[in-house]
Amino acid sequence: MTLKALLTGNEAIARGAYEYGISVAAAYPGTPSTEILENISKYPEIYSQWSPNEKVALEVGVGASIAGARTLVAMKHVGVNVAADPLFTVAYSGVRGGLVLVSADDPGMHSSQNEQDNRHYAPFAKIPMLEPSDSQEAKDMVKLALEISETFDTPVLLRITTRIAHSQSLVELGEPMERVVKPYEKDAKKYVMIPAHGRTRRVFIEERDAKLAAFSEQVSVNFTEMNDPSFGLITSGVSYQYVKEAFPTASILRLAMTHPIPKQKITDFASKVDTLFVVEELEPYLETQIKALGIKVIGKELLPPYGELSVALLQNKLGAYLNISAPVAATSEQEATSEAVIPFSAPVRPPVMCPGCPHRGVFYVIKQLKLVVSGDIGCYTLGTMPPLEAMDTCICMGASISGALGMEKANPELAGRLVAVIGDSTFMHSGVTGLMDIVYNKSAATVIILDNSITAMTGHQYHPGTGKTLMNEDAPKVDFVALAKSLGIRRAVEVDAFDLERVKEVIKEEVAAPEPSVIITRQPCALMLKGPSTPVVCTDCKSCRVCLRLGCPALSYDEAGQTVVVNGALCTGCNVCIQVCKFDALHKGGA
Amino acid sequence: MSGVLNILFVGVGGQGAILASKILSHVALSKGWDVKLSEIHGMAQRGGSVVTQVRMGEKVYSPTIEQGEVDIFVAFERLEAYRWAHMLREDGKAIVNDQAIAPLTVLIGAAKYPETILDDLTKCMKNLVIAPALDLAREAGNAKATNVVLMGLLAATMDIPLEKWIEALEAKVPAKLLEVNKKAFMAGYEFAQQQA
Repeated sequence: MTLKALLTGNEAIARGAYEYGISVAAAYPGTPSTEILENISKYPEIYSQWSPNEKVALEVGVGASIAGARTLVAMKHVGVNVAADPLFTVAYSGVRGGLVLVSADDPGMHSSQNEQDNRHYAPFAKIPMLEPSDSQEAKDMVKLALEISETFDTPVLLRITTRIAHSQSLVELGEPMERVVKPYEKDAKKYVMIPAHGRTRRVFIEERDAKLAAFSEQVSVNFTEMNDPSFGLITSGVSYQYVKEAFPTASILRLAMTHPIPKQKITDFASKVDTLFVVEELEPYLETQIKALGIKVIGKELLPPYGELSVALLQNKLGAYLNISAPVAATSEQEATSEAVIPFSAPVRPPVMCPGCPHRGVFYVIKQLKLVVSGDIGCYTLGTMPPLEAMDTCICMGASISGALGMEKANPELAGRLVAVIGDSTFMHSGVTGLMDIVYNKSAATVIILDNSITAMTGHQYHPGTGKTLMNEDAPKVDFVALAKSLGIRRAVEVDAFDLERVKEVIKEEVAAPEPSVIITRQPCALMLKGPSTPVVCTDCKSCRVCLRLGCPALSYDEAGQTVVVNGALCTGCNVCIQVCKFDALHKGGA
Repeated sequence: MSGVLNILFVGVGGQGAILASKILSHVALSKGWDVKLSEIHGMAQRGGSVVTQVRMGEKVYSPTIEQGEVDIFVAFERLEAYRWAHMLREDGKAIVNDQAIAPLTVLIGAAKYPETILDDLTKCMKNLVIAPALDLAREAGNAKATNVVLMGLLAATMDIPLEKWIEALEAKVPAKLLEVNKKAFMAGYEFAQQQA
């Protein structure tokens, strides 16, 4: 009997890496892709690593492939933007060992700043793309991607979405194949992309694309399920599951190799059905290409180009068009188009900074000082929420520092009240070049590095500032102060994130200074604390409620008792609230 | 959607929905069913509202459950029961932990925690069991086993032999916590039977 396991798409991709001979894997963590490398690191046969950012991760992957190893690189959708530079040229050089780039997109923006549809990267970079519909296919397509990569001499984009990455379904487990690294040979015409070599490879790409298009016509993952010919649906990815459930008797053309698309297969399918729909999340990626074939197809006229699809949405929208009474019939236009009818109104429960989070006190001080905050991406982005509301911008990884420089140059009046706020992992990812720019172009900006010694938001991954690697080995640790000084920063100060008085003093001093400065606030992430804590105690509360402005989940106000209450099960004893209480009502516990 | 059983867990980040879903899927797999499970990780882990969708049956396609299609609704916290009540089908079964965890909006005084939740739910849910799961877990010896108490309540509503659930606990719970979790599970199971 074959062994089956319930795996997420991410776990299945890691299993595929193990079974199909991947020797090197690299990534920078990012939801919903993080667990791919976390799971690969459980197989000691594979060399795996966190890179400081996605560009570096892909470059490590390109080098490993050129050196002859089967290689996998994973990142979230916006990470591919960072890695786009090597991607577009490794598309020219091609590979020696198979090279798979996993892009985990996030329709619905569950945990992302945008909703870009990375399928467009495949035709843009001229590389083939595969899209699995469940975990079994996610594993199988690691194999297929490696075979395509090595057969056609190209990197392959394995594109998943949150619902594939984080949904569990059954996967058959197989034995691992032998891991072989091909012997190294110098081949400068292929791997040195000077214009003369590039022009040769440019022609090769067109030939490769034509061969891949022919392959796409016959590859078994692009299949037709002929049924009721009155309407047909072309679909891919998780949308295939929604289509199967919404229209069990429909004819379906399921595409998993979605670049290049199988034009003949699509034309044949279209000729066999009366009405043709394309069901895809986000952009009309397939639709535009199908329409370019001169085929009449209905897609985004009915389905939204944003957010996730669902069975009910398809039944309501396509069912209404076809006059099929759907099992989940809409009773009004409003129900068909908008969200659920919610019977009760419940106060929202957004994610919050944890009790004991070292970012809280720093943002409290920043708010007190009424500073303009050029923000960045991480747990600390939650500092934008009430009651702290201490962030003015958040665009992309690293933009806090360079953005602050632009703000100051555009509006010098901001110079005396502007700070950039960035986490330690994000600083390693892409903050260092911005800091260099601040020094070089003579800004007076103050950069606050919130150092909690981990990549926290994605669930605690190591980075070059932590002294540990993904494979759990000790590593040299980046010294932030020495790094800042080497870039030309003369004012670099370290401060305990829980010492509010000192934090305030330092921020005031550095913001006023007429040259750039770096403040490093230190305390480990509260979720990494081990051992029992001594909760804060509240006695003789004067009901001023100033402490509630910290937005700590461990503090609440009891109206009946006219007192602030400390939830001892949540309080970590960080003692930040003690420092904001003007009446000494809050005390250290355990005394 | 005949032939597929839809189970929804709703709660607050950190309440142990992940272990609960592992126990449930272990049971479903031991019955030879197809199973799909969907949950959103990431920002929701930081004390936000958390939803886990489990679907099981002969053949399951979509990993997600539609509004009004949940057969068994398990709420780890009462406000989350309120928030997601519309997911339950009219004749579906609901298990609600009476525990209240105030969201930050309530803690800072920007919103009120609704007072009529349990009354409102009783009116709109035909098959509802409200359980003091936190108290039952404490009595069993560990407040953190609240999730397993709720699994005991869930087991009592499903037509699956008790041994299968105990096997799942043995497979998924760390050995040193097994005894207290078995006690917690049985506390939930017996509470549900007393209500029936």
